[in-house]
Amino acid sequence: MTTDHGAMPAPDPVPQDDAAPYWEATKEHRLVLPRCTSCATFIWYPRGFCPACGSFEIEWIEAPGTGEIYSFSIPRRGQGAYRDAAPYVLAYVELDLPAGATDGPRVITNIVDVDVDTVRVGQRVTAVFHDTESGHALLRFRPS
Amino acid sequence: MTIRGAAHIAGAYEHPLRTIPHRTTPQIHAEVAVGALADAGLTLADVDAYFCAGDAPGFGPLSMAEYLGLNRLSYIDSTEIGGSSYVAHVGHAAAAIAAGKCSVALITLAGKPRTGGAPPGGAGRLGAAPEFSFEAVYGTSVLTNYAMAATRHMHEFGTTSAQLAEIKVAASTHAQHNPDAFLRDVVTIDEVLESPMVCDPLHRLDSCVITDGGGALLVVSPEVAAGLARMAPVILGHGEAPKHTDNGRIDLTHTGALWSGPRAFEEARLTPADVDYASIYDSFTITVLQTIEDLGFCAKGEGGRFVSDGGLQSPNGRLPFNTDGGGLCNNHPTNRGGMTKVIEAVRQLRGEAHAAVQVPDCDIVLAHGTGGSIGTRHGSATLLLGREA
Repeated sequence: MTTDHGAMPAPDPVPQDDAAPYWEATKEHRLVLPRCTSCATFIWYPRGFCPACGSFEIEWIEAPGTGEIYSFSIPRRGQGAYRDAAPYVLAYVELDLPAGATDGPRVITNIVDVDVDTVRVGQRVTAVFHDTESGHALLRFRPS
Repeated sequence: MTIRGAAHIAGAYEHPLRTIPHRTTPQIHAEVAVGALADAGLTLADVDAYFCAGDAPGFGPLSMAEYLGLNRLSYIDSTEIGGSSYVAHVGHAAAAIAAGKCSVALITLAGKPRTGGAPPGGAGRLGAAPEFSFEAVYGTSVLTNYAMAATRHMHEFGTTSAQLAEIKVAASTHAQHNPDAFLRDVVTIDEVLESPMVCDPLHRLDSCVITDGGGALLVVSPEVAAGLARMAPVILGHGEAPKHTDNGRIDLTHTGALWSGPRAFEEARLTPADVDYASIYDSFTITVLQTIEDLGFCAKGEGGRFVSDGGLQSPNGRLPFNTDGGGLCNNHPTNRGGMTKVIEAVRQLRGEAHAAVQVPDCDIVLAHGTGGSIGTRHGSATLLLGREA
């Protein structure tokens, strides 16, 4: 599957079995987060284990797909798949959680569809999905 | 049990070259092992414990024990926490000696990323890591993640690029006196700021060098140390900690030194005010700034002011640091700088740093390693050493 992402590559992930529900949802451009059924802690990165209480019982909850930039950097020279993509924006985005939960996870991602020199900490962003050759999609963000 | 006074560093050796095309990586391990043993006045036959990390080829300590001809080992440790490994190894060796498991521990590091050969240890396994598909697919690198830590520190505390540049300026001021240093030219704040931006907000001169090289240490019992001619600094305290992304709640403004530092100071019964010289891991300038705050040399957020106006320059600065030129200028052998941090700390206690940068009356030193990335996950290890127990 080929999709136009501008200059940004979309390398295939190597999904681990215990993160499969996350990656399956990306195929439909949906963001789901693992949540522990025992202690209700949201888990990041996605995995089949709760690092807060030690439970293996995980449910997958749809997230709003919005958030705020916690930090970012701007590589001026790319490597590997990103060789021709620089400059681009790498960022930690703090995700909004569903149903009033707070302290969302800070996830590594890219900020796209933006003049790289205008990106700021604290900026509000909205999810976009970029399809990969493997049929999954990468969670990225653009300014809200 | 404490390791305070339980062991000494009797030998230390830094490979003098920064490109080593004529030796294999195992040969460089052997060359630095022989160098450290000669420094201590010991031989391979005296070694009863061996420590190495992810840079050791093949089956790590098993391959290297065989290659080096270590035939009477009663203790082995291949703790792999990146560039901080060798600082942790010193603490582990002291604990093993205190427990009576061994009495002469050899620690080696070697590799040659400048001239090619095997990549730095561990890199080949990262694809199998559970976090891989949530990071690397976005174009991350060591540089990009340290740069994100710098951005957040600047955002929260107003730290500036010029303050970060002060750290490189201090390192270069020291490196001019080190004939083996990879970069010997003194640079100015403006030269750092005018060097190419490699990943905002970090410039090329905010980054460490890439060098072939190696180093080795010998940690011995007090009984062994007493029989040697060379001055052997005593180990006063050690602390270590991993820091990771903490279930998505990473705080990019501090490092694991926030935890390893107090453990080392408590064991040594010392405070930051007692430290005469510090070797601080300097993969990037931001690494130094955050570590200095976390170790308690100044309050969180005050690092920028602390390093300004020559704050890190030896011998007259607030905290003389990295008098060999550090990883920023001298040497970052196989992308792992913890070994050289301990070696320069030993030189300072022995009074064998270059005369221009030797700290007068140097009695207490600190060496700190940071291995991995402060933007995601890393190991921290802190050592306190003294001239006397």
